[in-house]
Amino acid sequence: MKNLIVAPAPHAHSGDSVRRNMLLVIAALMPAYAVSLVAFGWGALITTLISVAACCITEWVIAKWVLKQRPTLCDCSAILTGLLLAFNLPSNLPWWIIVIGAIVAIGIGKMTYGGLGQNPFNPALVGRVFLLISFPVQMTTWPRPLGFSSSYVDATTGATPLAAMKQIVKGNADLVSQLPDLKDAFFGFMGGSLGEVSALALIAGGIFLIGMRVITWHIPVSILATIALFAWIATPEGFACSHEYILYTLLTGGIMLGAFFMATDYVTSPMTAWGKIVFGIGIGLIVMVIRTWGAYPEGMSFAILIMNATVPLLNKIRPKRFGGGA
Amino acid sequence: MNTFRIGGVHPHDNKEYSAHQPIVECPLPKQAIIPLAQHIGAPAKPIVQKGDHVKVGQMIAEAGGFVSASVHSSVSGVVTKIDATVDAWGLKMPAIFIDVEGDEWLPEIDRSSDVRRDCTIEAKEIIDKISKAGIVGLGGACFPTHVKLCPPPGQKAEVLIVNGVECEPYLTCDHQLMMEHGEEIIIGIQITMKALGIHRAIIGIEKNKPDAIARMHELTRKTLGIEVMPLQLKYPQGGEKQLIDACIGRQVPSGALPIATGAVVDNVATIYAIYEAVQKNKPLISRVMTVTGKSVAKPGNYLVRFGTPLTQVVELAGGVPEDTGKIIGGGPMMGRAMNNINMPTHKRTSGLLFLPESESRRGIEENCIRCGKCVSACPMGLEPYLLSRQSELKMWDEMEAHNVMDCIECGCCQFTCPSHRPLLDYVRSGKATVGGIIRARNAKK
Repeated sequence: MKNLIVAPAPHAHSGDSVRRNMLLVIAALMPAYAVSLVAFGWGALITTLISVAACCITEWVIAKWVLKQRPTLCDCSAILTGLLLAFNLPSNLPWWIIVIGAIVAIGIGKMTYGGLGQNPFNPALVGRVFLLISFPVQMTTWPRPLGFSSSYVDATTGATPLAAMKQIVKGNADLVSQLPDLKDAFFGFMGGSLGEVSALALIAGGIFLIGMRVITWHIPVSILATIALFAWIATPEGFACSHEYILYTLLTGGIMLGAFFMATDYVTSPMTAWGKIVFGIGIGLIVMVIRTWGAYPEGMSFAILIMNATVPLLNKIRPKRFGGGA
Repeated sequence: MNTFRIGGVHPHDNKEYSAHQPIVECPLPKQAIIPLAQHIGAPAKPIVQKGDHVKVGQMIAEAGGFVSASVHSSVSGVVTKIDATVDAWGLKMPAIFIDVEGDEWLPEIDRSSDVRRDCTIEAKEIIDKISKAGIVGLGGACFPTHVKLCPPPGQKAEVLIVNGVECEPYLTCDHQLMMEHGEEIIIGIQITMKALGIHRAIIGIEKNKPDAIARMHELTRKTLGIEVMPLQLKYPQGGEKQLIDACIGRQVPSGALPIATGAVVDNVATIYAIYEAVQKNKPLISRVMTVTGKSVAKPGNYLVRFGTPLTQVVELAGGVPEDTGKIIGGGPMMGRAMNNINMPTHKRTSGLLFLPESESRRGIEENCIRCGKCVSACPMGLEPYLLSRQSELKMWDEMEAHNVMDCIECGCCQFTCPSHRPLLDYVRSGKATVGGIIRARNAKK
């Protein structure tokens, strides 16, 4: 008889792979991306292409020439990082700023730690926050969503709902009238970064990921619930009722993108159900603290990065053992 | 529908190849090689010598201790030698070699297919008969059954859980046994309940065997205290601890025996063996095994006498398929890959699975992406990613503190890992080392 293959059990595998998970997340981002393309036109397409290409090239160059590893582009994680970075950028950002962001995201955020699985912080957010601090003007000049008529270079810009919200929280109650219609915020025609325009599309993508068992409900639900509870308790004057404020808080800015796609990044989130819940609560609290008392109108990126740092500690929360032992 | 509460995975069950195939009796071999250690515990001690004539059902080796089981001849003929034979992994094991002559059975064994219902003997006698018949758990662990039926002092059995789950993909022998010998299994359950002095039994069957659930329902309609419980499809539901949790909602505490929950679990095949031993005086000399695989010509369920060379059973199923890359003794989740099929069948051989070359190799290992899927999949609530890393780094104390000894080696972690990491390889070897350290520490005390 010919030689047989021997190995210890198990001899079966689920068929799951890193690549499959990354591709599913990319697929889940597509509805939101479609809305962005309609809202921001060519700017959204060009920004994304530059970001993805720069991320992939950075990873390949560092893996091949610096770390001398087998390049891991085929696991598609660099494509996902590029896509998520683009989702966090204004769609009229100059190309060289996008490239710097991608180099920082992959080069510093991921490869310095040894590549996939080793990084403590979400690479796309490392890139985004680096750009936010380095290029504050360009990073907070948001194009108005106008549909395909707008071009990459000359997009008109305007204040985002988030900036208005910040003023309302600070006491300018009359600005409530300047907020976009809640329906627009939900379906996706408000100013903001590329990927956050449509809460509906992001929620649909998130539910798809939970349904496909790529992510679990723990992180998104605990983030959204914490934010809603905080907003309910601390509703500023000017809103008709606290429900209105809760909805504006959840639907504007990066909350949905962060809760479903950024905070749930495998590498930088806790392993166990309870760890994930504590992680989500922490993010929700920090976001609201920044939005209410901080200098920035938005705090999702900072909140996720700060909670990323606590993950090694949160991983000490053990899963529920069979038989109730500890 | 009930199931166990922590973890678990859903492998494709692949039962269609051999399901519903009637049990076929494998012809007698020319030479039977009967191993002395077919169970957990001390090997049996031979009581025959070279040149002795033996009959079918005659005891040829007695239990080597309390946790041990006697071994009986499955054929009639002459003992030619007591020597080492090679097992499926190329390791030596002691065995009794018998040249087969005719098929002469001990006269007290009832070979008819009549169903004998009445059991008049007392509990102690039943357990004695089970012990003498060399019965061990046929679900996979091969733990001597009489030991299980004698709870340690201070602990009392309340319910008998009959394992008809067969959660290993591909295997169908228990399913077919329930379909063809359901009546005998019910009588076996009643006998086992009598032996334990209890009045309640639950037969757990996964819902992918609706005909077996229906058949058992029909047979238990008029019996007292026996309940058929359909269970959701989830691996490793046939694990003793998981099945107890699924059926009665109690979890065996870490380090305790299942009896701590008041449950005794026996496989349907074991129960059938108990029926045969008590009602027909037939010791455990044969079992039903599944021979299956996608490319096997005649996959099916075969009744084999222990000691029959596996090659002979394989012949019956149409030979080794051309595209075979891996041959597994048992199922794909917990079975062992074999490097030859020259070994004899014994109490542990529940199945033989031929995997094609294309499904035989492991995926390429990538970095852990810390997705936590192994943590969610672990039915014991452990952290496989952590244990595996600790094992790589030889952090034995930390492994013990993270409950590595609770690992049941079901393979869910490795099955589910998207990075194809050999998690269980590391955890299993670490667990063996930690087990050794714990035993050495206890011996010093």
